[in-house]
Amino acid sequence: MLLIENLHVSVGDKPILKGINLQVNAGEIHAIMGPNGSGKSTLSHVLSGKSGYEITQGSIVYQGKDLTDMPPEIRAREGIFLAFQYPVEIPGVSNIYLLKAALNAIRKHHGQPEVDAMDFLTLVKHKVKLLEMDEKFLYRAVNEGFSGGEKKRNEILQMAILEPKLCILDETDSGLDIDALKVVADGVNSLRSPDRAFVMITHYQRLLDYIKPDFVHVLAHGQIVKSGGPELALELEEKGYSWVETSQPEVAA
Amino acid sequence: MSTLKGINNESTSRYVAEYPSLAPELPGQNLPWLQQLRKAGLSKFSATGFPSPREEEWRYTNVSAIEKKLFAPALGFVSAQPNLQAIDPSWLKAQQLEDAWSVALVNGHFSAEMSVLDGLPDGVKIMSMAAALMALPDWLHPYLGQAVQPGEHGFVAFNSAWFTDGVFIHVLTNQVLAKPIQILNIATQADVLATTRNVVVVDCSTETTLIETFVAATDDAYLSTSVTEVFAGENATLTHYKLQAESDKAFHFGGTYVKQAQHARFTHHNFAFGGLLARCDVHTDLGQASECDLNGLYLGAKRQHLDNHTRINHLKPHGISREMYKGVMDDRARGVFQGRVIVAEDAQKTDSQMNNRNLLLSNDAEVDTKPQLEIYADDVKCGHGVTVGQLDEKSIFYLQSRCVDEETARNMLTFAFANEMVDKIKIKTLHDQVLEQVLIRFPQEGIQKAWL
Repeated sequence: MLLIENLHVSVGDKPILKGINLQVNAGEIHAIMGPNGSGKSTLSHVLSGKSGYEITQGSIVYQGKDLTDMPPEIRAREGIFLAFQYPVEIPGVSNIYLLKAALNAIRKHHGQPEVDAMDFLTLVKHKVKLLEMDEKFLYRAVNEGFSGGEKKRNEILQMAILEPKLCILDETDSGLDIDALKVVADGVNSLRSPDRAFVMITHYQRLLDYIKPDFVHVLAHGQIVKSGGPELALELEEKGYSWVETSQPEVAA
Repeated sequence: MSTLKGINNESTSRYVAEYPSLAPELPGQNLPWLQQLRKAGLSKFSATGFPSPREEEWRYTNVSAIEKKLFAPALGFVSAQPNLQAIDPSWLKAQQLEDAWSVALVNGHFSAEMSVLDGLPDGVKIMSMAAALMALPDWLHPYLGQAVQPGEHGFVAFNSAWFTDGVFIHVLTNQVLAKPIQILNIATQADVLATTRNVVVVDCSTETTLIETFVAATDDAYLSTSVTEVFAGENATLTHYKLQAESDKAFHFGGTYVKQAQHARFTHHNFAFGGLLARCDVHTDLGQASECDLNGLYLGAKRQHLDNHTRINHLKPHGISREMYKGVMDDRARGVFQGRVIVAEDAQKTDSQMNNRNLLLSNDAEVDTKPQLEIYADDVKCGHGVTVGQLDEKSIFYLQSRCVDEETARNMLTFAFANEMVDKIKIKTLHDQVLEQVLIRFPQEGIQKAWL
């Protein structure tokens, strides 16, 4: 589904990612862990098409398509979803409108008619209940005045409705108390499916207790220095990031 | 400078020269105190004319375009009448707020036919200024010309001398008005001078909603100057909306001057959309523990010049003021915000927050913003913030990551930026009217009400 080869990314003149190799197949959950400043968020931004990042080497291919020059909205319509670390408040635009606009943009992109208003409402209300959210949130402005936990839930709500193929979760656990974390994790787990992949970016192992990854990668100094199964996260928790920060990147097979 | 002065003098002297023939037609001729006020206005105006950019409060606004034209008042009730036929009844109905008492001022004169004042409770008096000056002159004396003096600036001076009519509103103690009161200002003809003076007295513990609407049934140039003096009694609550949707070529000066007794609450919503050159002043004097909340939205396009001035005078302790003005300027439009907060020595524990945010949609658009805090007390909490700029790139990216293309994302955010102020309107019919005006002024394709 996603193939990243020898990816080098700079911001201005500063190299941030220095040769990332990663393959994500449908149905898999990959966790990317790493200390602050290792390039985790840069990776999520580059995947979703945020401007300000220059790919100096390497490639990102998603479902056989080169992502390099694809605008963010096209990526989104093609099924890439970024759950933001800091969801942006959009005063004046209602949550439900954005959900509907996004869903219809995806449908249009795939040559499908607009969603029926009643069906849409039924769908949304069902998902809202699943995420233990108050329906009132739908009619409020996007993320405006939401607490940290509410914002994160709202991201997962959008994800549940848009049904993307590749979900990138950027520090979704940050700022969540344990109850909110469980709700968010349940939401994500309910979306697991053989034709959907997840890339979870996280600083702490905590999230992985609730969403079990298939693979764990450790990012340091802009490179993946270790890859392994879920046990790697536990080892990392025990030994700390200093354990890997001195490691050299594994040679890609 | 000398040319400017020349035009100024010429324009000023033409108005002044015409004044003696006009004066007998103006209301309140038999009232010495009013004559004194008019005289003070005339002499200030004769001396200084319309304000010039040399005055600090007019630095960013050059009114010389007004001085190149000569506007004439629609005199007398009789001569103003024929214009009424020019007004399409369905257009008029669209301007009148449903479920409100609506008072019409057409070309500067009260029109009974176009006013809707049925079922006014005993505790509320609404009458034309001309009628009030005949019926209740002694009652008006302590109010008219007391919240603002002719010396304020050229437009207030001009308004004091030239006003032809206006509205007098008195809400008696403890009245909670079931419906809002609308003052509907309509201009119907080219080159008309509409000069009105309103006095609004809301007594202790009253609740009142007042809406001033400025519209035109003509596309031509005219000059509308309207001064409203407001006196809010102890513990009174007044919500005051102003919708300025004058014609594209119009010149507009509107001033609201408020005196708040202790514990009085004044909320103002200022929508400045119309006119080629429009200036709005909102001044309020806060008594002990009184509160004011000033909101503004100015939307300019083409070559519009929209100037907003606010002055909040904290005179006594424990006052609270909140201010949020937003501007969106497109094309070659120019917006001005000058907000002054003055905290007197005696006004300890004042809590004041002023914000002005501006969006520039074109490279030729301009905003001049000048927040001023003058604090003479030592135990206060005051803050201000100003932004002038483009849309937030983070927000654009967020919307793009939710499948929205960049252009639509920009339109959405621009509209949302403005709509935040519209959303503060508590009256549904007015909300819809204002929203409609906002939508007219966002011609970008694809702007939708559905976004809300």
